[in-house]
Amino acid sequence: MIYEILVGGETGGKESGKPHRLELRKSAAGWECRLDGRVVRVDAVIPRRDVLSLLVDGHSYEIKREQTATDLHMWVGSARFAVQLRDPRSLRSRQLAGGEEKGPRKILAPMPGRVVRILVAEGSEVEAGQGIVVVEAMKMQNEIKSPKKGVVKKISAIPGATVNPGDVLAIVE
Amino acid sequence: MRVLRACREMGIAAVVVYSDVDRAALHVRKSDEAYPIGPAPAAESYLRIDKILDVAKRSGAEAIHPGYGFLSENAKFAQACADAGVKFIGPTPHSMNLMGSKTSARQQMEKAGVPFVPGTSRGLASPEEGEEVAERIGYPVMLKAAAGGGGKGMRLVHTRRELRSALESAQSEAQRSFGDSEVYIEKAIVNPRHIEMQVLADEHGNTVWLGERECSIQRRHQKVLEEAPSPIVDPDMRRRMGEVAVKVAQAANYTNAGTVEFLVDQQKNFYFLEMNTRLQVEHPVTELTTGLDLVHLQIRIAAGEKLPFAQSDIAIRGHAIECRIYAEDPDNNYFPSPGKITVLLQPSGPGIRRDSGMYEGWNVPMDYDPLLAKLIGYATDREQAILRLDRALYEYFVAGIKTNISLFRRILRDGDFRAGRLDTGYLDRLLAKSKAGSGSDMPSGEKEELEAIAAIAAGMFAVLDPASPGPKNGNSGGEPAIVPSRWKQNGRSEGLR
Repeated sequence: MIYEILVGGETGGKESGKPHRLELRKSAAGWECRLDGRVVRVDAVIPRRDVLSLLVDGHSYEIKREQTATDLHMWVGSARFAVQLRDPRSLRSRQLAGGEEKGPRKILAPMPGRVVRILVAEGSEVEAGQGIVVVEAMKMQNEIKSPKKGVVKKISAIPGATVNPGDVLAIVE
Repeated sequence: MRVLRACREMGIAAVVVYSDVDRAALHVRKSDEAYPIGPAPAAESYLRIDKILDVAKRSGAEAIHPGYGFLSENAKFAQACADAGVKFIGPTPHSMNLMGSKTSARQQMEKAGVPFVPGTSRGLASPEEGEEVAERIGYPVMLKAAAGGGGKGMRLVHTRRELRSALESAQSEAQRSFGDSEVYIEKAIVNPRHIEMQVLADEHGNTVWLGERECSIQRRHQKVLEEAPSPIVDPDMRRRMGEVAVKVAQAANYTNAGTVEFLVDQQKNFYFLEMNTRLQVEHPVTELTTGLDLVHLQIRIAAGEKLPFAQSDIAIRGHAIECRIYAEDPDNNYFPSPGKITVLLQPSGPGIRRDSGMYEGWNVPMDYDPLLAKLIGYATDREQAILRLDRALYEYFVAGIKTNISLFRRILRDGDFRAGRLDTGYLDRLLAKSKAGSGSDMPSGEKEELEAIAAIAAGMFAVLDPASPGPKNGNSGGEPAIVPSRWKQNGRSEGLR
């Protein structure tokens, strides 16, 4: 298996993250990992869902996986890393990778809450990182931002409506 | 849950009430009988005295333990219980009324010779009176609402020039928040500590003190971490505080468990602040250092039993520290973070007590206080308690929602905390010191290594764990845990109001 993996900073992963190339091959005594050309042997066990026990050269790590509607994080001990994973051979991945720049991108609600207001109109041009919709959860307002530069194709969020994590708020193309 | 456990231990059947969003809450799951009392907003459920007493009548409950929040300090509720012939596990409505108003409490306590922060014991009649008192006791002064709490109607005033407008705004805020504009004035204690004394009184005139709790680590007037004993209180000071606390309780004819709060200045002078007429959230640290079960004792006192021990039988032993685990986002200024708990790994082992209401798959309701659990470390001494708690926090893992677990690891490793240099401004200073995450002080070599581990782990998860989300991009449907309908229903009813 070959993966392209972006590992971002610990705090929310706003930084773009460092790219890594990871090759995994099953061997007799576990897994042979080639990370950016460096070869490491690891033993991996999943004792329960979302928990991974890794032995690397005798060092033991317990890694926890946290998935939300919009993010994937790896916790190594008490350090948290935002991670994006791609399989370059998968067709969908290639399309999605392309979609980073071209193609439509959905903007999803990251938390349960209520739509407070819409900051842009359908058809308007937006920059990457520009606020699109404001969602309020537990009396706190969060600006949900555009992941890319483009045109707002559709706004499905309705002011006053409640949303659940993963609900589509808008589409930017 | 705390009360439920005590009931089970004592062979008492427990009836609980719940609002619509709490049907799946742990206290309902573990009860003997449970009855719904209305929709999510507390004003329509947990604060409805009539509905709660109706459940008591229907179920034949003999007594009601009011817990720590909601109606636990409400004298009207205690009175309504008495009128309905149901024993309220707590003090009498008369004691609660007396302590409920800060000015009436102050007048009563001054008569009993309890030390106070210099100031007025009744509301200010005019701005001129305020200026005159402030001159006499010296600036800075604090204006406080008589009916207040939670920082509402409170103003810190540094100079005479600010006093008049501060008084006006405090009065109007007090009127809006409590329906009572009475505001009094006190000397402001610079960098005070907040230390409180647990008392216990039976209905036969016996009152004892059970040692202090250091509660200086607060934010937005909310306690975050408490410990017993306080790092600065020695046996002599403890005895003096305890004796004052007993005097306070006796002056109010107090019965059952209560807490007398003190402000302590830098010279270790202590001043009576107020009395909390209920069991406190942080009672476990007192239980661990005295070896007593306060909820058992509350129930036995309410049943008319005498205290089974005298003051001289009580010994303070060891050290206990409690962390209040809240559903709060450390990366977003500790704002509440609702949602579904997807993964929960809980600590255990030597010297660890965990009082928790959470479980994997539970939706943290957005309607109430975001307290999820209390993690308490205890040991022979403070240093060992810190080490145990730090270890347990390392074992604690909650995914799906954000929690303040990382904050406690910062506090426990902080030099000022280790040295016991605490006051009520401590936590704000700690948070201002470094806004960055816990790993920013990590050596870069170590960070790179952990990053490599994170990358390998992401790949291994993708290969080995069937629940793997696969390539990450908002487009692929299916993998996000869609929050079940309870949220939705609640959200809808909220939206309709």
